Amino acid sequence: MKQVVILSGKGGTGKTSVAAAFAHLAYADSLRSVLADADVDAANLGLVLSPRVIEEHDFVGGSIAVIDPDKCDGCGVCVSVCRFDAVQVREGGYRIDPIPCDGCAACVYQCPTKAIRMESQVVGRWFRSESRYGPLFHAALRPAQENSGKLVTLVKQKARLLALDENYSAVIVDGPPGIGCPVISAASGADLALIVTEPTVAGIHDMERALKTTAHFRVPSFVCINKADVYPDGAAQIEAYCREHDIEIVGRIPFDQTVTEAMVNGEPVTAYRPDAPASRAMRAVWERIATRLNDQEDRQ
Amino acid sequence: MRIAVASGKGGTGKTTVATSLALSLASDSTRPPPLFLDCDVEAPNAHLFLRPTFERRQEVGILIPRVDESKCTHCGKCAEVCQYHAIAVLGKKVLVFAQLCHGCGSCALICPEHAISEVPDVMGVLEFGTTRAGIVFARGVMNVGEPMAVPVIRQLKKWIAPQPNQIVIMDAPPGTTCPVVESVRSADFLLLVTEPTPFGLHDLKLAAQIARELNLPAGVVINRDGIGDAGVEEFCAAERLPILMRIPFDRAIAEGIAQGQTLVDMRPECLSSFQSLFNQVRILVEAPA
Repeated sequence: MKQVVILSGKGGTGKTSVAAAFAHLAYADSLRSVLADADVDAANLGLVLSPRVIEEHDFVGGSIAVIDPDKCDGCGVCVSVCRFDAVQVREGGYRIDPIPCDGCAACVYQCPTKAIRMESQVVGRWFRSESRYGPLFHAALRPAQENSGKLVTLVKQKARLLALDENYSAVIVDGPPGIGCPVISAASGADLALIVTEPTVAGIHDMERALKTTAHFRVPSFVCINKADVYPDGAAQIEAYCREHDIEIVGRIPFDQTVTEAMVNGEPVTAYRPDAPASRAMRAVWERIATRLNDQEDRQ
Repeated sequence: MRIAVASGKGGTGKTTVATSLALSLASDSTRPPPLFLDCDVEAPNAHLFLRPTFERRQEVGILIPRVDESKCTHCGKCAEVCQYHAIAVLGKKVLVFAQLCHGCGSCALICPEHAISEVPDVMGVLEFGTTRAGIVFARGVMNVGEPMAVPVIRQLKKWIAPQPNQIVIMDAPPGTTCPVVESVRSADFLLLVTEPTPFGLHDLKLAAQIARELNLPAGVVINRDGIGDAGVEEFCAAERLPILMRIPFDRAIAEGIAQGQTLVDMRPECLSSFQSLFNQVRILVEAPA
């Protein structure tokens, strides 16, 4: 069983459109795959795979501190130990603002009257669904919450376990933007990362940061250039960078409004219009990635 | 006044809107040029468009524990209080996992032998400069391989104090969780940039919940207007979220932005649209709740 993760650095380069196409093409090619949406902040993969939820669970994130006003004598030790500016003074009493509270519990241990306790919080939900192209694991973190890395790890773990239990060939992970904790969680354990970039100054800048991140965690990485024709000089810069760093470019997807049309229709573009320029290019990318995944299996 | 530009979904045009808004404010000689904070420390891009000359640089991070082995009795209290499993006592050895540490200082406070001191752990840099248009520009850049963006964002916001009357534009990261909340939580207004597609709508709904959760007034900019469907418009109408600006989809605009041009570079007539965007924001901020 092999795991591929789709990343980008910059948001909006087309990660989810490519992941949805991969889900469809893997299914069409009879490569049984489990799908995981690891962008738990803003999970969009389900919008184009018509999932039917089969299981739904609470996600309990970290705890936050709560002050019992009856036990608090107003000494202010909590204010002085809190490095997250989470303790507010309200009409002579103290209160923890749950938004900045990092859950470190320093105040709990330092409070001389033991007036502060930790309370765990349900910060999101995770789902196992059946989609048109196979099982989909996804989640919804409540806005303004922490621990997205932990939820990403959970979603991936569930996808992986099912894949192992039921002999699936691959797990396809749609990753989050950025390079921080949710991305690290999404990339960890992956056999291969596909970085979807676009030939824009911002896309190139962030692709480089994403590639440095996957290199740091030793995940073999490949690049595909989306909207490749919007700025040919930018595409040439990406090619030069990849040549210099020995990174294979597995495809160039042209700018194609059919991708947006497909999204509006709730379908992967490769299923909606298989002959559209973007669909043909995505199929070529998928075939290369599927071959690379196979190569890796042979090597082991 | 602090205006945070956020979106939920990535790539909707946050930086496009934030940079042109800053340029339009800089062209108004009746007030000090704005302060621009690039809070997307994982993927900072605004400098590619505003091209500041950086004058100052500072490393930032958190304080992590250092254990004085000669004083440590291996009692294990530090490991017991650490909520992040960043410090562990194994037999006669204390291990610190810097990447898990949040820098809260709880271990140092609890240690009965005062064996724990705290030392800085660098997570990234802050950079400061000015642009040709006079915009005061600062950004944070998180180091590759670091998991936590929040400490870098928090320190960026504290680094440069705005002058009286200076407008602060904060370009937030995508998403809806801790880095976004840290970026926008001291803002007076949340400007939500979206695109009229199902993905844009789904993530706009989440971003609008942040505005509600933080009790911030908010308004919407629809970018690439004309692609996709009417879902965003219907949502804004139902939620009474004002649509403050529309930027039409135009391949020439996309090509210019790809090359590092701002909207007002390409279309000088946009200056007045962004000035009127700012005036609408000001009215909404000053309106009694």
